[in-house]
Amino acid sequence: MKKMTKTAPVIVILALAAAWELIVQIAGIPLYVLPAPSDTLRAFASEFPTLLGHGAVTVMEALAGMGISFVIGIVMGILIDAMPTFKRCVYPILVVTQTVPTIVLAPIFIIYMGFGYAPKILTVVLMCFFPIVVSFSDGLGQMDQGYLNLVKTYGGNRVQLYRIVKIPSAMISLLSGLKVAATYSISGAVVGEWIASQSGLGYYLIRAKNAYMLDDVFACVLMIILLSLLMNGIVKLFGWAVLPMERRKKQTEGKQLS
Amino acid sequence: MKLTVKNLNFAYADQEVLHDLSFEIGDGEFVSILGPSGCGKSTLLNVLSGILLPQGGAVYIDEVPVKGGDGRFAYMPQNDLLFPWKTILDNVCLYGEIHHRKKEMRQEARSQMARFGLKGCENKYPGELSGGMRQRAAFLRTTLCEAGIYLLDEPFGALDVITRSDMQEWLKDLCTKLKKTILLVTHDTDEAIYLSDRILILGAPGEGIRREITIHEQNRTREWLYEQGSLRAEIHRIIKTKSGEK
Repeated sequence: MKKMTKTAPVIVILALAAAWELIVQIAGIPLYVLPAPSDTLRAFASEFPTLLGHGAVTVMEALAGMGISFVIGIVMGILIDAMPTFKRCVYPILVVTQTVPTIVLAPIFIIYMGFGYAPKILTVVLMCFFPIVVSFSDGLGQMDQGYLNLVKTYGGNRVQLYRIVKIPSAMISLLSGLKVAATYSISGAVVGEWIASQSGLGYYLIRAKNAYMLDDVFACVLMIILLSLLMNGIVKLFGWAVLPMERRKKQTEGKQLS
Repeated sequence: MKLTVKNLNFAYADQEVLHDLSFEIGDGEFVSILGPSGCGKSTLLNVLSGILLPQGGAVYIDEVPVKGGDGRFAYMPQNDLLFPWKTILDNVCLYGEIHHRKKEMRQEARSQMARFGLKGCENKYPGELSGGMRQRAAFLRTTLCEAGIYLLDEPFGALDVITRSDMQEWLKDLCTKLKKTILLVTHDTDEAIYLSDRILILGAPGEGIRREITIHEQNRTREWLYEQGSLRAEIHRIIKTKSGEK
């Protein structure tokens, strides 16, 4: 049963790829309309060094954006939880920032900040900080009042309430937000690069698209997917490091299943 | 430590719960509070521990006025409230963590683990322990508070009958050794009779103490408890009497 749970998604993906390959081959769809998975893999292999170079730039921007989003998320989350007035004033603005399409804002950032890394990183921040703030502030607010009362009766102050109770209890919610943000981060950087840049996967993508090299476009999309999964993996590693209790639970579940 | 409560008042927005409540608990005495639901038993503990602010009255420990939340009371709520992400050792050292004495407290806690039936559980997480063990861990956390007076709010209310009975036995033995002043809130008449030196029965909200019963028996056993049918019936009658009735 456990083996089935792990292999089922792989089987589904392989089946979809096989169907796609068959349709392209049987219908004779040309490469410039829809490349088959085999064409995409071939392009991915031949373009791998180039994709890796551009991918490194995109990952760097995504990591910088994620780092800034993390700091903003933690600070804003605590302020929102601790100060109801701050929440009432700022929360609607946070929601509004998410209603404006990033593709509209990215060119404005380039006008203000130039063609360097800054506007790309800001685009990542704009896409990533919101899920972190929302998940973390929700996590902080959901703590059972009994735990807070207990720390108060032991003479704990407000800072200790956050350090000992609220922040650790919100870690699982924070990780959920970080996973969403990590998945968005690569896309955010690509959108920023798409508008104006001289390196990165967004730059590669627009060059390949303009040349109608759709196999390279799909290879780049594959690279974006892999890098997004890598970012997700980094967040999972972070969770593994900061939540020893969850680690123990998974180990125990693993032993029970085997 | 002697606890004195004088004319304590507390009201929620729509109802007065404690009205001029006064009582004393002697040094090392074990006192239980019984009463109908909503009479203010848990509110009293919340006021004493500083979770709620009283609207009037005063609390003294050894004749010195005190305020709740200053670490003079060790409060143990109904749920064990062990932090699921902390090991048992870190959980029981909560007071030390708050007062920057975690290192010394860890040593003290390790030496107390066996006494509380928790030897070998130091590095386990609360989710890995049984309900009884979790309550014992919560009680160890309470005893490590360095407070002279324990406030226990239905500590075994969430346990099954057998475990509760075992825990009562264990608490009785432990209290004899600890010699602390204890105020226990409970719904369980047998628990109150078995553990207490004195039982305070609260009346309707705002009514205050309806009756006070002193238990003189020193050598208490389960058999002795089973023979206390008339006392149990008397307590039930007092609790069920409506305000103003005799």
